[in-house]
This record gives sequence, structure tokens and C-alpha cells, in this order.
Amino acid sequence: MSFQTDNKLIKWFDDRLPLVSVMHHTFVQHPYPRNLNVAYQFGSILGVMLTLQIVTGIVLAMHYTAHTSLAFDSVEHIMRDVNYGWLLRYMHANGASMFFIAVYLHMFRGLYYGSYKAPREMIWIIGVVILLVMMATGFMGYVLPWGQMSFWGATVITNLFSALPVVGDPIVTWLWGGFAVDNPTLNRFFSLHYLLPFVIFGLVFLHLVALHQKGSTNPLGIEIKGPADYISFHPYFTVKDFFGFAAFGVIFAIFVFWFPNYLGHPDNYIPADPLVTPAHIVPEWYFLPFYAILRSVPDKLMGVLAMFAAIGVLFILPWLDRSRVRSAAFRPQYKWFFWIFALDCIVLGYAGSQPAEGNMLIISRIATIYYFVHFIFLMPVLGWFERPKPLPTSISEAVLAGKASSSGGENA
Amino acid sequence: MINRSIKVLAGAILGIGLMTGSTLAAGDAKELKTVDWHHSGPFGTYDRAQVQRGFQVYAEVCAACHGLKYIAYRNLMEIGFSEEQAKAIAAEKDIEDGPDANGDMFTRAGRLSDKVPSPFPNDNAAKASNGGAYPPDLSLIAKARVGGEDYLYSLLTGYDEDSHGQECGTGTYYNAYFPGGCLAMPSPIFDDLVEYVDGTPATVDQMSKDVSAFLTWAAEPKMEERKSMGFKVIIFLLIMSGLLYAAKRRIWARLH
Repeated sequence: MSFQTDNKLIKWFDDRLPLVSVMHHTFVQHPYPRNLNVAYQFGSILGVMLTLQIVTGIVLAMHYTAHTSLAFDSVEHIMRDVNYGWLLRYMHANGASMFFIAVYLHMFRGLYYGSYKAPREMIWIIGVVILLVMMATGFMGYVLPWGQMSFWGATVITNLFSALPVVGDPIVTWLWGGFAVDNPTLNRFFSLHYLLPFVIFGLVFLHLVALHQKGSTNPLGIEIKGPADYISFHPYFTVKDFFGFAAFGVIFAIFVFWFPNYLGHPDNYIPADPLVTPAHIVPEWYFLPFYAILRSVPDKLMGVLAMFAAIGVLFILPWLDRSRVRSAAFRPQYKWFFWIFALDCIVLGYAGSQPAEGNMLIISRIATIYYFVHFIFLMPVLGWFERPKPLPTSISEAVLAGKASSSGGENA
Repeated sequence: MINRSIKVLAGAILGIGLMTGSTLAAGDAKELKTVDWHHSGPFGTYDRAQVQRGFQVYAEVCAACHGLKYIAYRNLMEIGFSEEQAKAIAAEKDIEDGPDANGDMFTRAGRLSDKVPSPFPNDNAAKASNGGAYPPDLSLIAKARVGGEDYLYSLLTGYDEDSHGQECGTGTYYNAYFPGGCLAMPSPIFDDLVEYVDGTPATVDQMSKDVSAFLTWAAEPKMEERKSMGFKVIIFLLIMSGLLYAAKRRIWARLH
């Protein structure tokens, strides 16, 4: 590590506990490919979103009461009587949605540029684990206000486990802490909702250790070959990432300040009532594609397995993809299938928001099948049949050639 | 080229959320009437006079059956009532308090700190007095229904003698805007039911608008603070984005 200082105190400290040099290495010196584009912004945005969720969440927890008879009232107390409570809650609720928007874009970027491929499999796998923990956290957080969708969403999702043979019902009883979704359920969901973000924090640390071990991919999908190919994190990516935070913050703020309930469901402003089932039980928007997969399978157990397999397949993606080339920029066929897959996910999301009947059920079945065909069939087969375009010899060569042809004297 | 595709993807992902929101809003019943509310739009504020009239409609009509439990009388000062007026409105209500030093409950005049009392002692009493249908608390009704204040306005003005071939059972009334078409609440408003303090003619349309605006405030009392803060935050973030973008261009210009 090339951290240098004349300050004796820092030297003494860093010699015994190398915090300063590790931070220096991570946030100042670490080399990144010079050609990272806007699609690479979301990783750092996700770090900010996680921090923001933890900070707003800790303050909300100071005013929230995890009890079935008080939870709904305590949320309204936050909204009406706590100083800036409305701001904290709307930031936290919409922050979860923004978190998922950013994580999905981050993942699609990984799919497009082949970030999951060797030697970066561990970065990707830890990322998928983070996604799973995020989903659990988001789901349990949605239960806490104890509105109608909270209660019925919790009932539907926890009931999924009853599809498992033999152990299903005991597992559901164990999850609930009783024989129905009730106060013990709410209490443990609150406890876990508070815990899991810190688990995510730890996983993010591992994600970054793995990232720094092998370095970032880049839009060309070729490795760094020499000093001309990379630039240090600071100042190049610090300033770029801060720009990303501000720009993403604009979108976030539009939701928080003008459409704070747009991504939620009106039924969640009705207190939970175990005797009244809502007309349509719909999960949060970020679960809709998986919800569509669940409902498109006629058999309950198979539906549950398909839903988990939809995420499980991501774990083995690095080995399903047989192409030697990473970036879709040089994979003419994969590029098309990537966009078809992205469209497929959007169709699934839409289907998940609709009642599972008629044409919509047929569409969601086709989209579900395509989802798995993409990973299980297309990814391996494309690698054999596709003829990739020739790769540039180095990042710097491609970048400088691009500059010369497109925007001649820009850096003169 | 690649940047553009990423942007398309970003838009599409965001679109999932927006699309589902709008399709869910389609609902089962007739398309809602839309009102150009004073409080809608990015800078919209509550029309104080309208919200005060709406409170009058709530207090004289709706309060017979519907609670408003998250609103305290002190909150009325936020919609333009003076402290004296709010105190006087609170004092008209009898509030049960206690127990006193002897262990007895007693009744006293309402204070600013009291929440609006519910008309029934409990949910079962409310159901028993209303043919088995529970009249919901109205504090959050504008946020708890698809369509919000437009829905409330459409519903209140949507009663129709002619049920268009739909059979409504006894004790239910036809309303095209109610999911299912028949609801247990009879048309609660008719012309000149209240006499507005400010002299506005009390038509069904006027009263429906006013009470819907009031209930929107009741559900979202911090809306004005929210929008005005949002405006400052957006201005800040846009300037910040511009400066950071310029800084990024400058720093990256060092590269060759």
C-alpha cells in the first residue's frame, strides 16, 4: 500500500491499525477501468441507499410500536406528531423502492456486461445473496405498518411455505409464532427487519472485498492490461459517483415529496382486519415479477419452487453462460436476447399486478417459461453458436480511438 | 449507443412501478369524476375556506356516524381557525375523562388537545346502529381509497335513483362509483343540508367538494410542508447535479 503521510500521529496509528491505509486504498487509490459508463453508477448509489435506509429506519424505530393494537396508530403518530416524521417515513418507504430500482439496474448492468463471469463469480453470488436478504427485509418492513396489505401480504407469503410436504405446516406455525399471523409475527418481523440491514451491510463488505480482489469489469469486457487502461478511484470516480447521487436524488425526491404513496397501495391505510380480505392482494411492485411466476404455475408447491428457482438460477449463471466474451457489446445475438429478457421481466411485473385469470394468466405462463429458457437454454447454447465481434486489444486503445473519431478536440 | 440503451432500460424498470400503479387505479367501478382541486399540482395548497367549510360538513353531517380519530382539535388551527375558534369548537363536545380521585369517570368539555371523539363507543355498536355495516373512520379515507379525493367527490355525488338494472338489497343504495355498485350508506348530502358560515350556497356539489377537500387535509395534513420542502430540495439537487457534472467534466479532462 502506497499510503504516505508526514503526520506522526497518523503514522503511529496506521502502523498499529491500518484503517487509514485501507480506506486510502479503497476510496482513493484503487484502480478502475477508465471507460466505466453511467450503468456503473448504481453500486455506489446502492451504498448510499442502504445507509439512508438504516439511518431513517433507526429514527423511525424510536417512535414505532410493534404491537398489533398500536402499530397502525404509531405510524400515524409518526406522520402527524413526530417532527419531520412524515419525511422520515416517506423517505424510508420510497427509499425501499428506489433501493430496488437501483439494485435491478445494477443487476441488469451485470447481465449486459457479463460481470458475473470468471473470475468474478463470487462478487455476483454475494450480490444474489444480498438480493435475497433485501427481499426478506423489504417484505417484513411492509408488514410493520399493520395495514390491510401488510397483514394479507404476510399471510399469503408465509403461507407459501405450507406447500412444502410434511414440514410445511410446522414451518408456517414456527414462522408465525402461533396459528395465524398475529402479534408474535409482527414482533419477530420488526426484530428481523431491524437486524437484516446490518447483515446486508456485512455482505456488502464481502461484495467489495471480492470486487477489489479482481477489479471492476467494464463495458468492453476486457481486463486491465496496463497503466493507460485504469484511473484511480479518487478523484475520477468520487466526483462521478457524487454526480450520480445528486441525479438519482432528484428522482428519489420527486417520489418522496410529490408522489409519496404512488408506489404503495391504498389498502395499507386501512388498519389490518383478519376478517376482511382485500379484493386483490398485491405485493410491493418489486416482487411482482416473482409473484407472477408463483401464480403462473397451477400447482402450489411447484409454483413456490419456480419462484425460488427464478432467483436460484442466478447463482449458477456464471456456469450456464458458455461464452468466452463478457460484454454484450461484442455479442451480437446475446445483445438481442438480453433486451428480450429485460422486456420479459417487465411483462412478468405487469402480469403480477393483474388478477391471474384469462389472457393475463396465459401471458404470465409464457413469460415465466421464457424467463427460465433464457437462463437454462439460451445462455449455454448462445456461447457455442454465437460468433463474437473482434475485441479491442486494450481499453485505452478503444477509448482513445472513440475519442478521436467522435469528439475530436474535446480534451485539447 | 450503449448509454442510450441503459437509459431505455432504466425508464422501463421505473415504468413497471408506474404501470402497475395506474392499472391498479383502474379499479372495478365507473371512471371517477375529476376535480381541479386547489391542493393538486406541484405547488397546490389547501384552500383554507374550502377546508373549513368541509369541516363544517363533517361536523354537522358525517360525524353522526363516522369518526375522525387521528385529528385533534388543535389541528384545526392548521386550516385557518383561530385558537379561540378551535377552543370553542372543542368545547361543544363532551369528552369522557377520568378516572378522577374517587375512581369515577366523568364528562367534561373538550379541549384543544382532545382528539375528535368517535360517535360510537366501539365497532360493534357502530355496526349495530348501521344495519351491520361499519362506518369507517374518516381520518385516512382519502388515502385509503383508490382515486383519493376524486373518489370521495364522485361517490358523494354519484347516488342515482335509477340503478341501471342493478338490484340492490334492502338497506343498500345504488352508487355507480362504489365497487360492487351497492353501499350501505344512503346519500348523506342534499341541498341546503348545512348553512355555511361564509354564505357559500350549500349545493350537493359544493358540499361534496368541500368535505372531500377537508378529508384530504385530514389524511395528509403535512402536504403543504412536504411540497414546499420538496421544491427547495429539488432546486438544491439540480444545482448540485449541475456543479458536480461540471466538476466531473473538468477533472476527467485531465485524462488523455
